[in-house]
Amino acid sequence: MSRPAQRRPEYHKINRDLFVLTYGALVAQLCKDYEKDEDVNQYLDKMGYGIGTRLVEDFLARSCVGRCHSYSEIADIIAQVAFKMYLGITPSVTCNNSSRNEFSLILDKNPLVEFVEELPAGRSSLCYCNLLCGIIRGALEMVHLAADVTFLQDRLKGDSVTEIGITFLKKLDEKKYRRKK
Amino acid sequence: MADAVLFEFLHTEMVAELWAQGPDPGPGVSAGPRRVGGGSEGRDEKGRKMNLSVLEGMGFRVGQALGERLPQETLAFREELDVLRFLCRDLWVAVFQKQMDGQRTHHQGTYVLQDSSFPLLVPMASGLQYLEEAPKFLAFTCGLLRGTLSTLGIESSVTASTAALPTCKFQVVIQQP
Repeated sequence: MSRPAQRRPEYHKINRDLFVLTYGALVAQLCKDYEKDEDVNQYLDKMGYGIGTRLVEDFLARSCVGRCHSYSEIADIIAQVAFKMYLGITPSVTCNNSSRNEFSLILDKNPLVEFVEELPAGRSSLCYCNLLCGIIRGALEMVHLAADVTFLQDRLKGDSVTEIGITFLKKLDEKKYRRKK
Repeated sequence: MADAVLFEFLHTEMVAELWAQGPDPGPGVSAGPRRVGGGSEGRDEKGRKMNLSVLEGMGFRVGQALGERLPQETLAFREELDVLRFLCRDLWVAVFQKQMDGQRTHHQGTYVLQDSSFPLLVPMASGLQYLEEAPKFLAFTCGLLRGTLSTLGIESSVTASTAALPTCKFQVVIQQP
């Protein structure tokens, strides 16, 4: 085979596409199996949770993040380190309330929907990327943080941005912000 | 970007979840707790076959789509053997960051591709433990190969077998027109 130098960027793209395409095939399959959007959403969230509980170990091993002292630091790390590492994007973070436990991640670009033009007909309540919510929730739980994670806005549903809301539910336990190995 | 990891985790989760669904999935209904080989034999057989084909079908769709994103020059293969070499080297490297270890031609149109350290089996076990579970983890990739071949204009059937984890063999039988 010739031209090895040119080959690499092409194949890097294939690697990235693999996850996105597989995710699309999964959502399509779930839409076949479940009539109701809520069921598909719930399933995606559940699967994401399973992934998140394992992904967090991988993340901590790769990123060596320091100690977190606040929810806002955690939200920043999720957006600036984790999203960047796994999806190559950096959502912006806003804090939604004065008790500083509700945050939003605003996704300007979303690689998961790269090949999705619009939601399938009759699926207007489908949260296509709900896997992400489950992943965040599962990962946080493994570091002893309970949180509600949902999509507040979704471009696929006609909103102007895609926004993931994270609400931390329990007080941060300072001793154990991350799992000790 | 750590894409490979994301795909591996997603694949594992898919195998677990799609396996848990019974042969007649209704909204929100699953066949029971997530376990393998449970239930009565007759239903289990049917459930097993159906879910493997679901995974294979998903792999096929993804393989087709991946095939469409390949560089143009790969579409100009002259011979079958070139295509198979492409699968073993370039496609495998693109998807699994490594090459396959071996490729053998059994007879006209039948090829056996071997990977002694298949990345989707490596995290599971080494040796004979979980041998029964291995087919579930190979179905998607069989479909992936079949789908990519399909985009390259080749109809085939792809099956996989494993004698000991994480080694596996993919048998590609090319349908003659």
